[in-house]
Amino acid sequence: MNASFFAAAIVAGTPLLFATLGEIITERVGQLNLGVEGMMLMGAVVGFQVGLATSNPFLALLGAMAAGAFGALIYAFLTVSLRANQVVSGLTLTIFGTGFSSFMGKSLIGEIMPENIRTFWKADIPILRDIPFIGKVFFQQDLFVYLGYITAIALGIYLYRTRAGLNVRAVGESAPAADSSGIHVVLYKYVHILMGGALCGLGGAYLSLVYVPAWQENVTAGRGWIAVALVIFVVWSPYKALIGAYLFGGLDILGFRLQGYNIKISQYIIDMLPYIATILVLVVGSIRHSKENAPPKGLGVPYFREER
Amino acid sequence: MIRIVKRTDVSKIKAARIRILAVVLALFTSGIFILLLRHNPLAVYSAMLQGSFGSAYRFKETIIKTIPLVITSLGIMVAFKMKFWNIGAEGQIFMGAFAASFFALQFPDLPKPLLLCLMMAAGIVGGGLWALIPAFFKAQFGTNETIFTLMMNYIALKWITYLQYGLWKDPDALGFAKIPNFSDNAILPKLFDIHIGWIFAFILIVIMHIFMHHTKKGYEITVIGESEDTARYAGMNVKKVVLTAMFISGGICGLTGMIEASAVSGTLSVEVSSGYGFTAIITTWLSGLKAPFILVVSFLFAVLLQGGSFIQTAFQIPQAAAQILQGMILFFVLGSEFFIQYKILPRQNGVEMTAEKEGK
Amino acid sequence: MDRSIFIQMNEISKTFGTIRANHNINLTVCQGEVHALLGENGAGKSTLMNMLSGIYSPDSGSIFIHGKEVHFTSPKESIAMGIGMIHQHFKLVDVLTAKENIILGQKGNFFVNQKKLAQQIRQISQKFGLEIEPDKKIYDMSVGEKQTVEIVKVLYRGADILILDEPTAVLTPQETRKLFQIINKMKEEGCAVIIITHKLHEVMEIADKITVLRKGETVGTVNKSDTTPKALTDLMVGRSVDLSIERVAVEKKERLLQVEHLTVQDSEKVHVLDDVSFTLSTGEILGVAGVAGSGQKELCESIAGLCTVQRGDIVYNGENIVGETPRDIIKRGISMSFVPEDRLGMGLVASMDIVDNLILKEYQNQKGLFIYRKPVKKKAKQIIQRLDIQTPGVHHPVKQLSGGNIQKVLLGREIDSGPQLLITAYPVRGLDIGASHVIYDLLNEQKQKDVGILFVGEDLDVLLELSDRIMVLCEGKITGIVDAKSATKEQIGLLMGGAALAEDQEVKQDD
Repeated sequence: MNASFFAAAIVAGTPLLFATLGEIITERVGQLNLGVEGMMLMGAVVGFQVGLATSNPFLALLGAMAAGAFGALIYAFLTVSLRANQVVSGLTLTIFGTGFSSFMGKSLIGEIMPENIRTFWKADIPILRDIPFIGKVFFQQDLFVYLGYITAIALGIYLYRTRAGLNVRAVGESAPAADSSGIHVVLYKYVHILMGGALCGLGGAYLSLVYVPAWQENVTAGRGWIAVALVIFVVWSPYKALIGAYLFGGLDILGFRLQGYNIKISQYIIDMLPYIATILVLVVGSIRHSKENAPPKGLGVPYFREER
Repeated sequence: MIRIVKRTDVSKIKAARIRILAVVLALFTSGIFILLLRHNPLAVYSAMLQGSFGSAYRFKETIIKTIPLVITSLGIMVAFKMKFWNIGAEGQIFMGAFAASFFALQFPDLPKPLLLCLMMAAGIVGGGLWALIPAFFKAQFGTNETIFTLMMNYIALKWITYLQYGLWKDPDALGFAKIPNFSDNAILPKLFDIHIGWIFAFILIVIMHIFMHHTKKGYEITVIGESEDTARYAGMNVKKVVLTAMFISGGICGLTGMIEASAVSGTLSVEVSSGYGFTAIITTWLSGLKAPFILVVSFLFAVLLQGGSFIQTAFQIPQAAAQILQGMILFFVLGSEFFIQYKILPRQNGVEMTAEKEGK
Repeated sequence: MDRSIFIQMNEISKTFGTIRANHNINLTVCQGEVHALLGENGAGKSTLMNMLSGIYSPDSGSIFIHGKEVHFTSPKESIAMGIGMIHQHFKLVDVLTAKENIILGQKGNFFVNQKKLAQQIRQISQKFGLEIEPDKKIYDMSVGEKQTVEIVKVLYRGADILILDEPTAVLTPQETRKLFQIINKMKEEGCAVIIITHKLHEVMEIADKITVLRKGETVGTVNKSDTTPKALTDLMVGRSVDLSIERVAVEKKERLLQVEHLTVQDSEKVHVLDDVSFTLSTGEILGVAGVAGSGQKELCESIAGLCTVQRGDIVYNGENIVGETPRDIIKRGISMSFVPEDRLGMGLVASMDIVDNLILKEYQNQKGLFIYRKPVKKKAKQIIQRLDIQTPGVHHPVKQLSGGNIQKVLLGREIDSGPQLLITAYPVRGLDIGASHVIYDLLNEQKQKDVGILFVGEDLDVLLELSDRIMVLCEGKITGIVDAKSATKEQIGLLMGGAALAEDQEVKQDD
């Protein structure tokens, strides 16, 4: 195991990180959105399309975020305003997003990202890049990776240190309590579901713009579901999401590397590990009845003020 | 200003009318979308209908797609009736197919009826056991079953991938990663040119309807779904019922896996479930957890699926158009439930309101 | 007195589906006034207050706060007008600290100024004599502490109108006394306080003015100085409290149930039942009194085998039944029916019809895999006729029936099973007097058939007239068992508050 492996693990973990952060913020307002895969794909295809058409990396990013947020908006409207079942609505969003991306991507197959976008992201951080080992792993990466660090930490500060973040947690734990405290529950839900969608879109865009960077159908390859798992694995904490995402990213490329060392463990077996780990976290959490690291209590519970 | 009032009485006709309106709106909205992507929506729709009904062959294909949806939905229904959110049907299909394939590959020369019976039993047990794992933790520790069953899907998928690309890979396939084809004895026979899975589907609909409404177990499952406290109060062994019901639920999904592996793909592969496990969640939900409606909804979905794959080959319209349409119809139908359950009234103030009410 | 009017509610109406919760209600509350809202369960008190706090919107009518007409569409707007409501079921977020709960939803700097916040909380608690630990998590708190957090939360928002919904239902007498001191402090500070309750002695102690509601309508508003508890009760129930419940005399008593040293813990290891011992004979009605949450539910559940008994014996017909499954206990002829606050939580399946609900306890006695509804359907028709249940048919979902009819279905089923021991908790909860009498008659009928009855009730008048003996629970302990024929309401009220019984008042247990 050398620095280049860890650096690659971080790259592989970055799309997971964005999607995980997106789902964390969504679940923190009590909404279980299983449309992560769909929103990532929507972000991936729109980001790619915009990048191709404009050669402007920022527009590509904005496009991806808007696409993810659009998917989330459908979900939010259905589950928050029209009170539809969250699980079914989320699954439908995944079906829709998958269809949307392959339909739009049909004409993009074989296209390659223009040079200026592909190379635009690469940037070492001065000074920090020279720290032995650490510099190579963390600070000789691309802008997306750095944006990932910043987003995770910013989201952590937002959730745990600010008024709005406190309100977010209250909405997710107990919508009735939040409501009677004067928090606009519906607004909070909408804003954070959309925020979550935009982050998922960003995760998808990383795959199509930087990681691959050519269009291939179903570019996410199930990463959206890993993100849903990761949220539980990191017990809804943005800080822990950093560790979790890079760990799962490492697992993603581990089997491939191990072959180089002549260790015969199939990548397919290693691929199971993230899911098994998530189940373990889930089971341990439910056995210990931990009050701190439990899911938001209002997760998946619909709230309508006048229901009686 | 508006206010939302729960409807107390909705006639079935009115509910049906709202749902149909939702589908029409969905077709219209998708039409605009398809138009934006420079295809003629009417051409796409009619092509899809042609694709699913246009010839005997295509209609047969539609039926073949209906079968796994119906059977899987029936399995999911049992769990959902209990408010156990089993979204692990996909994995249960895989594990059922895996267990059935084990017998098909190990004992290819057994007499056909015996081998098929063995495979069916294996499929049911395989899927059932896979579903029992999350059920056990749910019953014992209250572990969240939604996420658990979801994770189990991916473990199953990776396991099948491992078999296909590793352990069970056919050495004679010239480097192509596939599992050897089943022997003829392991292939389900046909009746009226369609594999007999359709007979299973019909029989299962009747059985499951009777099971849910006229057996003690079905009654217990419904009571637990409504209130676990009440079930315990009535002296039911809640854990035991949860485990039994989930074994049945997973077992039926496992049967789908066996049928698909044996009759459709002729072997085990990562495509054996074709996403039916996820689609069936939606068909189950839309059918209102009622066995007869599952047949109707599953058939309509099969039309969408079959129509989608047809437009791809015949018109070069991407198959994904059907997926978008599927998603769109679902969005609208899910949303329409709101208008069946609630009505929206303008907010009224003061005297007129009271007067109007008294007048009524 | 010349004080400004804080709240004026005119002709307020609100319906839920087919239920008319409030009808043309009027209410006026002034500055520096403690106003009690009095009424039985289901009179519409909470609904009315929820409209004041912005949780519900009235269907019609107008609300003026500080002389300004308001149309609240959310609690936020209500808070902004200086209204703070302390709900019966606290609206606190368990995993957050007291401090965090207090500032929820408040405007202010993006980041929270912890120092300033701590100081503000200290100021408020000193001013009103409240004790609070700002950094304690809600899930670690006792009920009283949680209520304090709710009060501080409301005061922190600068509320000058406070609404307390049944604040004493869950408090010990000491805590209640403290709460009343706080309320008086608020009054001195010029706040208007509305207190929802159905306890008369509290009203007489704390209120200045009293508005009585009955079945969703205002019956009247009176000054405390102009009224008596008797007059208030008359207003509340609409007629004198002489319920004329017959106490049938039954001879030939044998011991049916003997509970010894029964101790039950909840998930937090708190003793919810503490060393409870009593006996019950055939043909006897033993009433159980106590403030809500004194262990009544656990008592019923432990006899029915639904909760784990830490210590003690439950001897039924000479056999200890502790540790038996609910199924076995049902088979022994013990029937339990508990009507929870939402009326449907346990015992009935809301979306199922009457037939499927009647079959709930006896389907397991049927042979084979299948369930046979035919015989039960016949029985359902009989029960409907005998108990005069208003329903369109036997296949009508019970949740669409009215409360009284739902309870008749429940009790009808329990009695039909021919029990030897009938445990019934709150069977008349929310019922009108006519429907209640049907239930009393049913119980007396069972008593005459030598059934032993454990009757958990909330209305002391009923307990006194119906029971043979009354057992009083307070915080999971028995504070006394008295003879219902000679006991008084005051005496029981004292016991409910935890006062010990004088030696000579104790009823000798008949062994």
